[in-house]
Amino acid sequence: MADLVTLTINGKTVQAPPGTLVIDAAKRAGIEIPAFCYYEGFSLQAACRMCLVEVEKMPKLQASCTLPVAEGMVVKTESDPVVKARKSTLEFLLTNHPLDCPVCDKGGECELQDMVFRYGAAESRFTEIKHHVDEKQWSPIVFYDAPRCILCYRCIRVCSEGMGVGALGIVNRGVYSEIAPSHGDHLECDECGACIDICPVGALTSGTYRYQTRPWEMKHVGTICTFCSNGCKTTLGVRNEKIVRGNNRDKSGINGEFLCIKGRFAFDFQDHPERLTSPLMRIDGKLQEVSWAKALEAVAKKFAEVKARNGKFGIVGSTKTTNEENFFLQKFARQGLGTNNIDHHRSGDVVTLMDALAGRTNALATVEDCYQMKAALVVGADLAQEHPLLAYQLRANFRHHNARVYTVTRGPVREDQYSVSRVRTEPGKELEGVESLRPMLSQEPELLILFGSSIKGEDVRRLVAFADSLNIPVKYICLVDYSNSRGAVDMGLLPDLGPGYQPVDNPGLTLPEMMAATDLDVLWVVGANPLARYSLAAANAFVVVQEMFLTETAQRADVVLPAASAYEKNGTVTNVTGQCQKLTAAAKTMGTKPDLEIMGLLAKEMKLNLGIWTVQSVFEQIRTQVRGYNIPLPVVATGQAAQTSPLNGRIPVISRPDLIQSASNTLFTSGSLGRYSKKLTSVLEYPGELYRP
Amino acid sequence: MTFSPELEKKLAKLIASYPPGKEKSALVPMLMFTQDEVGCITPELVQEVAKRLNIPPVQVDEVVSYYSMLHRKPMGKYHIQICTNISCLLWDADKLFEHACQKLGLGHKQVSADGQFSLEEVECIGACSWAPAIQVNYDFHHHVTPEKFDQIIDSLKKVQ
Repeated sequence: MADLVTLTINGKTVQAPPGTLVIDAAKRAGIEIPAFCYYEGFSLQAACRMCLVEVEKMPKLQASCTLPVAEGMVVKTESDPVVKARKSTLEFLLTNHPLDCPVCDKGGECELQDMVFRYGAAESRFTEIKHHVDEKQWSPIVFYDAPRCILCYRCIRVCSEGMGVGALGIVNRGVYSEIAPSHGDHLECDECGACIDICPVGALTSGTYRYQTRPWEMKHVGTICTFCSNGCKTTLGVRNEKIVRGNNRDKSGINGEFLCIKGRFAFDFQDHPERLTSPLMRIDGKLQEVSWAKALEAVAKKFAEVKARNGKFGIVGSTKTTNEENFFLQKFARQGLGTNNIDHHRSGDVVTLMDALAGRTNALATVEDCYQMKAALVVGADLAQEHPLLAYQLRANFRHHNARVYTVTRGPVREDQYSVSRVRTEPGKELEGVESLRPMLSQEPELLILFGSSIKGEDVRRLVAFADSLNIPVKYICLVDYSNSRGAVDMGLLPDLGPGYQPVDNPGLTLPEMMAATDLDVLWVVGANPLARYSLAAANAFVVVQEMFLTETAQRADVVLPAASAYEKNGTVTNVTGQCQKLTAAAKTMGTKPDLEIMGLLAKEMKLNLGIWTVQSVFEQIRTQVRGYNIPLPVVATGQAAQTSPLNGRIPVISRPDLIQSASNTLFTSGSLGRYSKKLTSVLEYPGELYRP
Repeated sequence: MTFSPELEKKLAKLIASYPPGKEKSALVPMLMFTQDEVGCITPELVQEVAKRLNIPPVQVDEVVSYYSMLHRKPMGKYHIQICTNISCLLWDADKLFEHACQKLGLGHKQVSADGQFSLEEVECIGACSWAPAIQVNYDFHHHVTPEKFDQIIDSLKKVQ
């Protein structure tokens, strides 16, 4: 490492690596230099003039956001000339800024407000009438109030550099300057809302949150987004048991500040009017509301009866319920009902990858690796659509570390903007494309491979063999669809594998086999919608469904038990990279129960002894019984991500690549759940073509 | 969108004059050259330029809306640009502009009914040493008095 540069800031001796900006060096020393336009991680702008500091021997005040540290530099960040300059800057920024703080969404957490409070720019020499422009709506998500804008360019940079979309620009000049969307009067973009969150003032507001509440009237609950498998932390703002906002401004979690439209806005399924709030039972051919006691009693009675006569159960678990729920469900099936007929919607061949990598260490990548590794190969996946956080990390890796990214995909993807090489192949021929990159890939010092659902079965082994032949360190990410798709596999929602990939003695029926079995007595579906893809052959099967909505599967049910959503329960989920994170209940919907509680009550009703079914005790069982899940408790308890490592040995099962099918969700769809988010559907119905790479 | 062969040749030379990867530096001259041929900056032209320079269209809009010499609507055959910045102002450029308005019967950014003349009050054109200065299309006229202005306009009318 190069020698550190020593400088003095406010009389304090500070050391920083050469090239560090004064504003960053100060921050690391605990001295805050205010800035609107400067934003860590994005290009420098030097537009706002708030970060001016006094540097000895320099005749004029310097912008600390573009000034690298130098040996012996003496900086003063709050001297009289500096304070005077900042006050003038604020006075200038306020010339056209409306004083509508009492109704502005940003009031209370506005950086401009904070600075005016700090430097007290109470008086203005400007007597001209403020220039006013009416507010504009650019999309169902984004609203822009030009007079509030201080032209810091943050939104423009987060959109073009962070997201790779570039949907925002700045038009006109001088006092008439304003932010403009990509398509004249409207936006065609990812609708991620990053521009709204990064706005230091209330110029950009969201269609979800605007005029809903004051920031200080919410409680803030950090939990994990329940849509795709990337496992972004979203901090939900909850007011009167209603979720009104999702963001992650505190940069906690593996995603830092990043969220896509799903994590930031699609929480609105939680109070969708069609949400089930009472158990339903089929009486006289129609689903009718009944009490919890009656519904549980009917299910328990049926389960006990079928179990007693050795009847056939089919159990379908969820890719969105928690690890605890999935673990308990397979325990219920195997120990309680004596069946291995349990499966879930498989969206990636995790099992074969775990088998192919058996016994290795350091072969499974984390989300952080997407940002740190020197080279990455994306095979058969459109990351920007299906795995937006991983796409964001790779893009940031390229921006900050010049990462070399290779893509082998069937069509154009957003990574093409910066990838060193892109290969287009037909589905099924991806490995030929990968092989064609061998000369380049073998020159890389290390490689991260991300592969989608088209690489499955033997292809996974071939891919690993190819990577082995490169003789460089390689890490893998097997892409899966949903928030706990990975956890569902790890917890053993499979007919041939128990928790931790332990093979079972008598493998049960797979999901298509259950659906095709005409003699199925009971179909128990927990948070899944198999009837959207399959038809149920057994006409007389007793169908029990734990669901939030009356999905295709729930409509066919004999008993529907209203389930709590992921935002209403505690537990853990495991993301696409095998990182286990904690869910924290943010709100509550009257009448619903978390799936773990429903299953626990069913076990109690059936007088089964499946152990204590509190979240903590089931999690403890997971930690001790599931291979790879012996993760440190403090990491999970404090809301961080703990990497699981289930690569302990071979997995002797017959691979079933035919059962693996990704839903290929886009940014605006997410299986059955996505349909119940008004924000997601409103964006889909929005006129204009949505952004494609 | 295609341009005349001459212009295409000019644009190819222009783009090639910047280092690889920095082609978008050609944006301003490219807009000016194409504006001369097309007549103004149309939405199609914005898309075309964006495509050729591989930048988002909104970045072209940023530049078009910033520079007063780039027009969204066609200007007259003779586009009269009068500088009223400080050096010219000291030499009564404001009065010259008022005179021009009366002479042409036009206001700022207006075009005559026959499409021959248009008038625009512009920022500094870099001719401070010869203030007050005006520009007719790409031609400069120095030390312009109201009388000299009338002569310029009359000679242009004769050319028609």
